[in-house]
Amino acid sequence: MTLERHTYDVLVIGAGGAGLRAAVEARESGLRVAIICKSLFGKAHTVMAEGGAAASMGNVNDKDSWMVHFRDTMRGGKFLSNFRMAELHAKEAPDRIWELETWGALFDRTKEGKISQRNFGGHEYPRLAHVGDRTGLELIRTMQQKIVQLQQKDGRETGDMESGIKVFAELTITDILKENGKISGAYGYWRESGEEVLFEAPAVVIATGGVGKTFKITSNSWEGTGDGHALALKAGANLVDMEFLQFHPTGMVWPPSVRGILVTESVRGEGGVLTNNLGERFMFKYIPDVFKDKYADNEAEADRWYVDQDNNRRPPELLPRDEVARAINTEVKSGRGTEHGGVFLDVSKRISADIIKKRLPSMWHQFYELAGVDITKEAMEVGPTCHYVMGGVEVEPDTAAAIGVPGLFAAGEVAGGMHGSNRLGGNSLTDLLVFGRRAGMGAVEYVKKNGANPVSEAATTAAANKIQAPFDREGGENSYSLHAELQEITHNLVGIIRTGSELKDAITKIAEIRKRSANVSVSGGRKFNPGFHLAFDLDNMLLVAESTAKSAINREESRGGHTRDDFPIMNEKWRQINNISSFDGNQVSIREQALPAIPKELFDLFDIHELEKYMTPEEIAKGGSN
Amino acid sequence: MSGVFSPTRARIKERTLRTDKWWLQPLVTFGVLISFVIYATFRAFEGANYYKDHLISPFYSPCLSDACLPEATILGFTPFAKEIFNFPLSPALIILIFPLGFRMTCYYYRKSYYRSFWMSPPACAVAEPHKKYTGETRFPLIIQNSHRYFFYAGLLLNVILTYDAIISFKNPEGQWGHMSVGSLVLVVSSTMLWLYSMSCHSCRHTIGGRLKNFSKHPVRYKLWSWVSVLNHKHQQFAWFSLAAVAFADIYVRQVATGAWTNFYFF
Amino acid sequence: MARNIKLRIWRGDSTDGGLKDVVVEANEGEVVLDVIHRVQATQMGDLAVRWNCKAGKCGSCSMEINGKPRLACMTQVASFGEQETITVTPLRAFPIIKDLVTDVSFNYKKAMEIPAYEHPKELAPGEARMQQIDVERSQEFRKCIECFLCQDVCHVVRDHEENKKSFAGPRFFIRIAELDMHPLDMLKNRKKTAQEEHGLGMCNITKCCTEVCPEHIKITDNAIIPMKERVADIKYDPVRWLGTKIRKREGL
Repeated sequence: MTLERHTYDVLVIGAGGAGLRAAVEARESGLRVAIICKSLFGKAHTVMAEGGAAASMGNVNDKDSWMVHFRDTMRGGKFLSNFRMAELHAKEAPDRIWELETWGALFDRTKEGKISQRNFGGHEYPRLAHVGDRTGLELIRTMQQKIVQLQQKDGRETGDMESGIKVFAELTITDILKENGKISGAYGYWRESGEEVLFEAPAVVIATGGVGKTFKITSNSWEGTGDGHALALKAGANLVDMEFLQFHPTGMVWPPSVRGILVTESVRGEGGVLTNNLGERFMFKYIPDVFKDKYADNEAEADRWYVDQDNNRRPPELLPRDEVARAINTEVKSGRGTEHGGVFLDVSKRISADIIKKRLPSMWHQFYELAGVDITKEAMEVGPTCHYVMGGVEVEPDTAAAIGVPGLFAAGEVAGGMHGSNRLGGNSLTDLLVFGRRAGMGAVEYVKKNGANPVSEAATTAAANKIQAPFDREGGENSYSLHAELQEITHNLVGIIRTGSELKDAITKIAEIRKRSANVSVSGGRKFNPGFHLAFDLDNMLLVAESTAKSAINREESRGGHTRDDFPIMNEKWRQINNISSFDGNQVSIREQALPAIPKELFDLFDIHELEKYMTPEEIAKGGSN
Repeated sequence: MSGVFSPTRARIKERTLRTDKWWLQPLVTFGVLISFVIYATFRAFEGANYYKDHLISPFYSPCLSDACLPEATILGFTPFAKEIFNFPLSPALIILIFPLGFRMTCYYYRKSYYRSFWMSPPACAVAEPHKKYTGETRFPLIIQNSHRYFFYAGLLLNVILTYDAIISFKNPEGQWGHMSVGSLVLVVSSTMLWLYSMSCHSCRHTIGGRLKNFSKHPVRYKLWSWVSVLNHKHQQFAWFSLAAVAFADIYVRQVATGAWTNFYFF
Repeated sequence: MARNIKLRIWRGDSTDGGLKDVVVEANEGEVVLDVIHRVQATQMGDLAVRWNCKAGKCGSCSMEINGKPRLACMTQVASFGEQETITVTPLRAFPIIKDLVTDVSFNYKKAMEIPAYEHPKELAPGEARMQQIDVERSQEFRKCIECFLCQDVCHVVRDHEENKKSFAGPRFFIRIAELDMHPLDMLKNRKKTAQEEHGLGMCNITKCCTEVCPEHIKITDNAIIPMKERVADIKYDPVRWLGTKIRKREGL
């Protein structure tokens, strides 16, 4: 049987927001692009994003600007964000949103007919462009339809709509291929038939999203198996700060059919209140010092904020996600949680059923239909769920090029640096757009400079053998049970609150599972066989888990999405350090790398007193680099 | 083999795997519609018992032929002859074509008779018995697109039937200010007809649906919003108005034949 | 409170297949997709099923449950009787691949045939002004999660394979309606092509698409019928036709 081969200029792995935006950019620059998605086109996890896309358009409050957005992002990331990425993001986000509008997106409007913007945790001004609570779906659909538009244009010019850009749906990539130290393509198989495919392309954009499936309770779908993280590691790229995982503070913990599913922050933005089993509105107890001047410390002021935002501090329910997650965790561990290990989130007491249904339609609809819970009448039971990974592939901010691998690019959740130790809600959707586009541009520039780089027979054969291997083994390990064991380890030992001894334990256990996973065997045929699919996903998740655990044990402080019981406070020294993971074919190793110093003009955007909470006196004295 | 039995589809031998009583609704619809058709046909040809003491049956209004009782006409306006080619022309036959056409081309009735009469499909996810299907793309079904014209005609009829309802507030001696059960029946039937017409999809389109920018036409937008609310209940209005009109006719007929006495409240 | 339930799952591929009986545990509050996953994990390791978000937002787990097209993640086990056997089959309007997975590429082909949105050339990014009331109609249609249940239930293609060539289906009628009602879209001939190329006239508005829509989009009342009326404006209404000729208006 002959191997199916395709040749493209740019191969985009992942058809979520970042991947599609990269593909559009590359195609508009005249290159031929292939888009690979693991599921059907348009089903990517981006559709789950509900709250909105943060961009300082200033449509609702004209005091907003990219500088304020930049500041919020750095603050949210506890000053660990790559400043250049945060800067590019804040500056370009409005253009990316407006651009979507020219492609047919229909955001909710203000009275003047501009794009409406809503409040969200960690954002100083109303900043999130939204469409009800299905903003992610709007983004995906808009770009999906933009791609159709490009295809129709190609169709008119060449007679073949798929001549310039083609979507390969339900296809898994198992290897990224290199020749002479540069990217040459990728290898994978059709999920439907199990048949193998070779893509030759000098540039590969990884946009595979997150790693949630490494954990037991997660909002991620089956696709979030860290494929891109692992593919990049294996191709020689680095991962940065993999210890930072965002546990969304409010995932449903009950009933079981909706466990893990997110309750968007807008529920709190619209007036939802968190209470423990004593009926106490506990968030007032958890306002960190750095936020004291921004958040109300009493119920009266918090309540007033909903009607007068200029003269009141915001309610503590709108603190950054990690703070809320930690607060809930503490309440539950202190025995003040619900019987299912969560706390109550109630929106029904403050606003009327009609308004809830109008402002949070899919929230209402989802829980009503999925679990028979009516959020207009009763409180929800919520708790932290693994939601987003801040860490990811180390990239050049301006081009999204993966450091160390010429021809490899990464954008979206799979890329690291942008969000530092904690991502603000609403920043992910614009992250996808801003860096998706930049990855596309970077790939175009690279391809124009470097040209094709054919794949060798040897690389092809090696990749093919790897896919066949689990079928040839008999009576080996079962990938389902190994996956379950891994999830148990990460949940218990690398979860939301970590300690050194547990992490050490986790690293040993993950290594053991990896050893056993080399012996996974698969029953049944190749045709749409979920056991077979999981065998490869498992391999990726193991690498991600190893990188996370090792980064976590190395970082001896608590910051954002990384909390150490044995090092409970933030440490200025660690603010200057990125944990860089690399892979030698055998195991992941961690190296500490200095954070790029923030330039003076960005340094000066902050109040010195604020910086003093994060930086060492020497850094402050220096006042940023030149 | 076509449809769900096509060779490419999953091999399942049942026409449907639905376990609910999916056949009940089309059956009931069929029963009710066919009863109405039979009764209406009988009444259309009867040519009598449609008027009594300022009560006129909606089937015979406006009464436009020389065969009409003079009291039943509008100011004696009778442009049609008693018969055509020696065939006696009941006054109902002249005008029934309009309400009939309105209902035949109505988007709601189309759904219900395509399902219950033509079984295309009998119910959702139940395979239909036909080999070929072309929908409303060719004659005769392409005529369904004339729905709006029947809607306009329907409006005119509603005006007349409302006039009839007002007239019914006279006593047998022709004095105003009296009300009988008959007046109530006519008021209900004409009101239901208005609701049915105003909730019509063509009405919704005409009044504002065809606009691209509502914000430039605030009044039409407001009207469209109201009509949209009614439109959600078009199905109910379709049935209620059908029942109300049928009952109004039965009532007038019973009174005209003397079987029932029209009770006057005052 | 776990209990055992009876399932009949269609297993097979394009060559053959049939309904297989299984008994599986179901917990309180679970949906059909949960129990299918349990069957997969405990009894049929290679049972093929498509799913993603398990939250009714991605539209992947479309299948037919007791003969009705539904999302498995939105169908609660408790909605069936204690003793009832739940029959689960793949979508019956599309070619079978394996078990509960069908080839839905028909829909992606149709998506490529609908002319894309055309933004006004003179309007730079950020300059667009639209009122909420002007975008609301189209926004309803943009709620579509592309589960293709409407495409599956529509008898025009479900019962007549040969119509697939000439009929875009309800999902794409709402796409056309969305664009035709989009306050800024510049493409003029959507009504004409809807009727002549995408088969709007094939629809006999029997409303099954609306009945199965998990997003509760009023496909028939708010998209298909308004489009039929708009088509009537330009094709079947002599008075309006004359009006557009005299007043030189766009065929609205």
